[in-house]
Amino acid sequence: MPPLSLLEQSLITGLLTGGLYGLLALGLSLSWGLLRLVNIGHFAIALLGAYLTWYCGTVLGIAPWWAGLMIIAAFFVYGIGLHWLFMRFRVTEMASMLITFALAIIIESIIQSIWTADFRRYETPWGAQSWVIGALYLPKLSLIAFGVAIALAAATWAWLRYTYVGRALRACAEDAPIATAFGINHRGLSFLLSGLCAAYAGVAGVFIALVATLAPSEIWAWVGVVFAVVIIGKLGNPLGALAGGIFIGVCEAMTMAVVNPSWAPLVSFSVLIAFLLFRPRWI
Amino acid sequence: MDLSANRVTAYGSLVVLAAVLIGIPASNVPPFYIAFLYLVFFWISMATSWTILSGFAGYWSFGHAAFFGTGVYTAATLATKFGVPFLLTLPLAAAVAAALGTGVGWLVFRLKRLRGELFALLTISVTFVVATIISNTPIDGGSGVYLISVPVPSLFGSQNGTIYTLGLFFAALSIAVAYWVFSSRMGLGLFAIHDDEDAAEVKGVPTFRYKLAAIALSSGIAGAVGGVYSIYVSYVTVGETFEITVIMYPVVMSIFGGSRHWIGPALGAIIITVALYGFPAGPQAALGRGGVALGLILVVLLLPDGVTPSLLRLWRRWAPKSLVRRSVLPAPMEPMPRLASGSSMANPAPVLECRDVWKGFGGVQALRGVTIDVRPGEILGLVGPNGSGKSTLINVITGHFVLDRGAVVFDGTPIDTLPAHRIAQLGIARSYQIPRPFNHLTVLDNVALAAVFGGGSSESEARREAAHWLGYTGLAAHAFDLPGRINLHERKFLELARALAARPRVLLLDEVLSGLNNTEIDEALNLMRDIRARGTTIIFVEHLMRAVVALSDRVAVLNGGTLIALGTPEETMRDKEVVNVYLGKAHAF
Repeated sequence: MPPLSLLEQSLITGLLTGGLYGLLALGLSLSWGLLRLVNIGHFAIALLGAYLTWYCGTVLGIAPWWAGLMIIAAFFVYGIGLHWLFMRFRVTEMASMLITFALAIIIESIIQSIWTADFRRYETPWGAQSWVIGALYLPKLSLIAFGVAIALAAATWAWLRYTYVGRALRACAEDAPIATAFGINHRGLSFLLSGLCAAYAGVAGVFIALVATLAPSEIWAWVGVVFAVVIIGKLGNPLGALAGGIFIGVCEAMTMAVVNPSWAPLVSFSVLIAFLLFRPRWI
Repeated sequence: MDLSANRVTAYGSLVVLAAVLIGIPASNVPPFYIAFLYLVFFWISMATSWTILSGFAGYWSFGHAAFFGTGVYTAATLATKFGVPFLLTLPLAAAVAAALGTGVGWLVFRLKRLRGELFALLTISVTFVVATIISNTPIDGGSGVYLISVPVPSLFGSQNGTIYTLGLFFAALSIAVAYWVFSSRMGLGLFAIHDDEDAAEVKGVPTFRYKLAAIALSSGIAGAVGGVYSIYVSYVTVGETFEITVIMYPVVMSIFGGSRHWIGPALGAIIITVALYGFPAGPQAALGRGGVALGLILVVLLLPDGVTPSLLRLWRRWAPKSLVRRSVLPAPMEPMPRLASGSSMANPAPVLECRDVWKGFGGVQALRGVTIDVRPGEILGLVGPNGSGKSTLINVITGHFVLDRGAVVFDGTPIDTLPAHRIAQLGIARSYQIPRPFNHLTVLDNVALAAVFGGGSSESEARREAAHWLGYTGLAAHAFDLPGRINLHERKFLELARALAARPRVLLLDEVLSGLNNTEIDEALNLMRDIRARGTTIIFVEHLMRAVVALSDRVAVLNGGTLIALGTPEETMRDKEVVNVYLGKAHAF
């Protein structure tokens, strides 16, 4: 067994990584649960957001918060455009997977053509700063990302639960024609939600750029992990997505500490399989 | 079959094509072209094997690289570390890949909801999980495996001849398997699964078994193809084996070619491999990959059925008449009614019994201890307000829902633990209130499917019986139309024809009359009387009281999940509680 302090540090690392998974899962869970569209391309635009943040910061000298605002706005528009495409061609849930899978490959190939397959790292003055508690290090940027993930998940949850627009969205997910008959503007709301989901990918991208090393193939590493998060967190449930992310993040970090870092990619898969074997009610 | 001159020419040219393809390595064709042809064969077998599950049954697999890669590394490991003769590694590669595929399928195919989505996502993960396992263990160890020293028997004087021939063999095999599945009852079942899996199961299709068989074939072929590929490249690495293009190309080729036809993926593979031939490697490769992905989006949006349907139309127009199979309605044949096994007419034991049936959905208790016995040969009307549990009861009897408590007994045997397709095969058929035809099967095939899977007829018998039932319900003119082209009234009768084709002993009709006009209702009532006269027991859910009173021997009234009355129409209509429920008086508490 590794020493206790290492386990504690791993727990913190896992929590913080899990927050990032939760942030990535948020938009995905909403579009799958409430729009019945499975967006494999979500990871690709999150990574694109990360590359753009890195590019703005290291080449253009634009601070990450300004870059982030621009990216989020641009992605919001992208999300609306994507949804327009889906509506225009009456894309089904299953076909949406083929299309967004292809979108992910297109975006990956664009990233790779512009910025090559080399690893990229966004060095910022805050990157190395940590709060120290006893023997434990809390990296500031990761902690901020974690806080943002909690805030966004909670705000989205409250929005869906307590506002008219949120309730209308959930009603549409249950039965769109009936909701429309009750006077809910399903089309308008679905555009709004699709835009929001893409904007969430932008938020995730900014923080990924700040705390992680970037490579085009990261997209595929996330697919398995974050879909597991979305499924165990229950589709369309923002708090579930966050909780699922934290759970998987901690499991991965523990595996890295106790077994071997190279086995981490198997963790989310094993958790998902165990989950499917027991078939809880929300599947 | 007439062996006309045209037909002989057609078969003759196929034989010549096969002879030429087999003979190519023996001639002095430059090795470069032989290698290119091998690649064409490779993609034909990858795309065709992908289609057997994903195209026919509609379960998108993004895991073909996983099955292929499993085959690559099984063959490589056995040949290099265990000295297994290379040709012997190929069936083993197929077996290991098929086992992996079947495992993934077993895990997801059992689920009631999100099966398709979870399957697709799980197959993406499997690809990366298998890659991780292989590179973390001595199977690869991160450095790749060399197969240079693996002895390969040489055909036509060289090892390349062997690789070419193996490639050709597996391409031909995959097309043959796809053709066999496509034209067998399994193919019919897979297409029904694609359109409406729950309805397929209720019509008697063993959906779970078929899906497992399809994924076993699909992944097994990919595994064997991977085995051949390992010797072709002679140095295998995790990075190049589990590549995203290996996942994407079979999907693009299959959908572009036409993933609902056995030849579609092969056509797509040939066209796309030739089109991509000579695309520069290096930095442009990434953009090329993006271009193919863009092609996939365009195909899915603009040409979802692929090029094969258009090519088939051209073929029908231009090919010599004797080569074109025309759609002719088979001679109608009335099937024998199914005989009761247990009870005799002298001792009319109930044919179907619901004993204290409970069913809840989360917080809603849909059925609260319903007990009904259905006598052989009777027409039982099942009435009650909306939400009283009528449809739930039908779904429990047909096995679509599993009951929480109680029992359903058919002919003295409990059936509530059986899967829905077994119940259908025993002789319980249903119609759907909102018609649920299989939209990509012709009206005739829709009915024939029920005869094959529910009625246990052979395929040729089933088509003749289907012709009979189409005549019986007045749909013969629409036999070769797709269900989307007929109107609601005709679709209701299609529902009835499908239910009858299963030769049911008990027929459950869910609001067949709703949405019909008065003449059509009279037509339907006469049909139902006639069906009963042939010995079929009928339970029908209906809101239209005129029909219930005119037709029923007995009426069962459900309210709030409980049976509140059961008796002749006159008795039940006078029952105080029934009157209360129907006239909406305040409840007595």
